[in-house]
Amino acid sequence: MPELANLEELRKLAPPAELRRAPVVEGSPGLGALTDKLSAFAEGRIPLWWWAAFLPAAFAAMVVFPVCLFYQVFTGVGVWGNNHPVMWGWDIVNFIWWVGVAHAGTLISAMLFLTRQHWRTTIGRMAEAMTVFAVAMAGLYPAIHVGRAWFDWFMFPIPNSNSMWPQFRSPLMWDVFAVNTYLMVSSLFWFMGMIPDFAVLRDRSTTRIRRAIFSFLAMGWTGSAWQWHNYEKAYVVLCGLCTLLVFTVSSIVGLDFCTAQIAGWHATIFPLYFVIGAVFCGFGMMLLLLISLRKLCHLESIITLAHIEKVAKLTLVSGLCIDYIYAMEFFIAWYSGDPYERWVFEHRLFGHTYFVFGCLMYGINVGVTQLLWFKKVRQNLVWLFIIGLLINIGMWTERFVIVVGSLYQEFLPANWGQYMPTIWDVGLFVGTLGAFFMLYLLFVKFLPMIPIAEVKGVLPQGDPHHRLGGAKEGGHS
Amino acid sequence: MNGKVYGLMAEFATPAAVLHAAEQVRDAGYRRWDVFTPFPIHGLDRVMGYRNSLVGWVALLFGAGAFLSVVGLIWFANAWANPFIVGGKPMFSPPMTFVPAYILLILGAAVGALVGMLGFNQLPRLHHPLFAKKRFELATRDKFIIVIGANDDQFSPAATRRLLETAGGAHIETVEEPE
Repeated sequence: MPELANLEELRKLAPPAELRRAPVVEGSPGLGALTDKLSAFAEGRIPLWWWAAFLPAAFAAMVVFPVCLFYQVFTGVGVWGNNHPVMWGWDIVNFIWWVGVAHAGTLISAMLFLTRQHWRTTIGRMAEAMTVFAVAMAGLYPAIHVGRAWFDWFMFPIPNSNSMWPQFRSPLMWDVFAVNTYLMVSSLFWFMGMIPDFAVLRDRSTTRIRRAIFSFLAMGWTGSAWQWHNYEKAYVVLCGLCTLLVFTVSSIVGLDFCTAQIAGWHATIFPLYFVIGAVFCGFGMMLLLLISLRKLCHLESIITLAHIEKVAKLTLVSGLCIDYIYAMEFFIAWYSGDPYERWVFEHRLFGHTYFVFGCLMYGINVGVTQLLWFKKVRQNLVWLFIIGLLINIGMWTERFVIVVGSLYQEFLPANWGQYMPTIWDVGLFVGTLGAFFMLYLLFVKFLPMIPIAEVKGVLPQGDPHHRLGGAKEGGHS
Repeated sequence: MNGKVYGLMAEFATPAAVLHAAEQVRDAGYRRWDVFTPFPIHGLDRVMGYRNSLVGWVALLFGAGAFLSVVGLIWFANAWANPFIVGGKPMFSPPMTFVPAYILLILGAAVGALVGMLGFNQLPRLHHPLFAKKRFELATRDKFIIVIGANDDQFSPAATRRLLETAGGAHIETVEEPE
């Protein structure tokens, strides 16, 4: 152990204040006060804004959604705008969009854990919840897009009297497994992360019913050293697995497209393209949720400006990756010399969908994203909120351009056609949006939205080698 | 309550204090004791003498099992039960099974990690003698609690209490076994 005089000298060598890492939680509250703060929203009265957001979302989820769903299932896919030659319309666009929203959640909660980013503890749970609900919405679309939803079980390897089995060489088949696995693994990861926090809420509960519910959910968690020992191992294993899923699920969705012969889809860059696009889109949604909830739930000292700025920086990085891929797509279309490929990409710029492509997709994903280079923008919540919203729109239009833009003018001019969504397409999308926000609001209100145990663990007060954690001489400050 | 004694519990205010107290309990030769904390404490695993958790191996086992089962299932479905020529390719070849098998490996391993964690921790267990203690509720808040079990060979109500006192424990209480 170095002598104390040396320690003082070492401390003088510490980086200047502006280069030091921002604290994970501002104001340095004690562990008890922090527990109160983090559980306050789940335990308090339901605020008015919650009802104001919940009721419309619940209406969309409980009325609009089932009406559009059942009408489509009972009548057929014909109620949508899908028709020859555009057989994949809004349903697939929305499927990819929702899968995309999910991915950033896993990236934040799992990948940033593996890279030991302490700031991720505060927003990890909200990101995981976003993943779980978004994948659930995504999974619905292919299930009803097949047309006869009651035959969905054909996609699973179930012994049946027709002695038919799925064809496992098809990427569409892989999709079934990928999306279901993603839903199950991310729910499991989300739930396991909440077990210690259920125990916190159990021990704080004041009513019998709350105690019974949270006792059941916490499954008898005591927080013993042995339990934490195994828990931490399971957590790191799950993070590793979830990180694999970030790269797998969207790649397989990309393979659905690039194994087809359609010009505009048949490109080796597609799996990567979809992964990066998914993450970028998800960061947009994350910005929306974080900025609004930190304000509404009074979490400014927990989800600090520094954390939001870091999310904004990650958004910029993924945005630049997607810009590179757009450029590569055009380059390869030209370099390949394939007339069909060139035709499709020329028509993206100057054809019927030029408005969607040029103004929305290119303008937002390439243009607006560059605003995030500026620190002033990254620290301005209003700007970030608007950018997050625009990124979601931009990425939705990107999927529209990929799906519809490549299908409506394929190889034979006799096959050309137009695509126009119907009210049922719109209604179903509104319904899934409503269901997503309804579930999210329920999560925010009734479950621990911030990982209480994890945040306490990364505080200086939780570090046995820090002076605030009780360390005497030799501890770092 | 005149029930059997489960153990003695003592409370500590900071992670450093509980870490040092745990070292003293370990050095005194106790074997049946545990530390209850609101979050994992760096260095406590080593004090408790825990080796690498076996949860990772359970995950591997489940994952490998799922992987191999899917390879077998695909062989069964596409080469045995319903042989169907697609694109002139062989009925079965190992590379074609990779993607579904790999995805199910992830699912299997994730289930294995959760099952392993719950299994090694003996959860769910909705009742525990410590839950009867009001102050134990602070173990999920801001207190760090050491419990020395009465089934430890070295346990004696007086000497163990003295040890916990000298280690700096506050609110030392006897925990009873439920009747």
